[in-house]
Amino acid sequence: MAGIIELDDDSFEDEVLKAELPIMVDFWAPWCGPCKAIGPTVEALEKTYGEKMNFVKVNVDENPVTPSKYGIQAIPTLLFFKGGEVVDTITGMVAKEKLEESIKKVI
Amino acid sequence: MAADYDLVIIGAGPGGLTAGLYAGRAMMKVLVLEKLVPGGQIIVTDWIENYPGFPDGISGFDMGEKMKTHMLNFGAVIETAEVQSVDFSDWVKKIELNDKTITAKSVILAPGAAPRPLNIGEEKFIGKGVSFCATCDAPFFKGKTVVAVGGGDTAVQEALYLTKFADKVYLVHRRDELRATKILQERAFANNKIEIIWDSVVTGMDGLFSVENVIVENVKTKEKKPLAANGCFIWIGILPNTEFLDGDVELDESGFIVTDPHMATSVKGVFAVGDARNTPLRQVATAVGDGAIAALSAEHYIENM
Repeated sequence: MAGIIELDDDSFEDEVLKAELPIMVDFWAPWCGPCKAIGPTVEALEKTYGEKMNFVKVNVDENPVTPSKYGIQAIPTLLFFKGGEVVDTITGMVAKEKLEESIKKVI
Repeated sequence: MAADYDLVIIGAGPGGLTAGLYAGRAMMKVLVLEKLVPGGQIIVTDWIENYPGFPDGISGFDMGEKMKTHMLNFGAVIETAEVQSVDFSDWVKKIELNDKTITAKSVILAPGAAPRPLNIGEEKFIGKGVSFCATCDAPFFKGKTVVAVGGGDTAVQEALYLTKFADKVYLVHRRDELRATKILQERAFANNKIEIIWDSVVTGMDGLFSVENVIVENVKTKEKKPLAANGCFIWIGILPNTEFLDGDVELDESGFIVTDPHMATSVKGVFAVGDARNTPLRQVATAVGDGAIAALSAEHYIENM
């Protein structure tokens, strides 16, 4: 997939739960400094691993249903899905190596 | 043996970025190493209103971005990497990263600090009610009740920010008076959403999937009671990020780096700035001052090598 696609509550099920490839969902909001801060790291990882898995974003401000369904009470939160199931969760700002570790486990 | 850089700065918070700006402007060859993202702790600060020159205040994230851009304009370079260890035994200082070793004539330590945890088993609720970042997570507690722990500037300022979203904020503080600056205290006392629980500490929390109750204990009467709350925000101080310096420079008993007025550490050519230093005040303004002094000290040290 080219680039990081922005999903909403309506497209989430089709794009994430029915996805063939593993997928990383970045829950973020415009008022969240750390979310903006990890943006470039996530973009760089998408360039490296974008062939093997998909990277998407969900703005929690505009899409309250999905974060609430997954019990998200903190951002940035990154959920890793495989076969429609959450297989890994990262909460808060973490180093690039830590993100890479989770990506390697899922692909 | 030639060194890779004149100066390597470890940490890109306000102190490290200012040192980089001054050193870059002094035409030194400078590398700044940052393990997460430039800006440091101000990234999780909603609004900074005590840094001169910004009379309306500025968001912490924006300030970090501006400081980074300002430094890059003067030629210093930033690399994202976590320092594993250092070797300061020779005149060429060695810095071990995951995949390589870099060398420098001089080093400025600006590793900053991280929020101190309660250590009462709250880890399992991180992201499920427990937070150290109101600007990230406060909006998830709209119309709810939350607990804020601490009595300093950060605790009181962030508790005030929480009241924009939560219906009620319990501010739990272990003493019978706040340590925060007067203007913040007055705002907290005037805010009818804030109830201060004096002389108390948080000793536990429970909940099925996320926080439902926060247990507080009065330190004088030893009485324990649960506060029904969905969130617990913790601001009880900081821990310096100095583990990687184990034995390399002198630390005080709390782990802060000991320096003289020139920001010099116990090792010649190694300087320290900002929150990780043994300083009486930890603010953006003080870190910036430290950074300017340390850059000058590093420049003098290299000239006289």
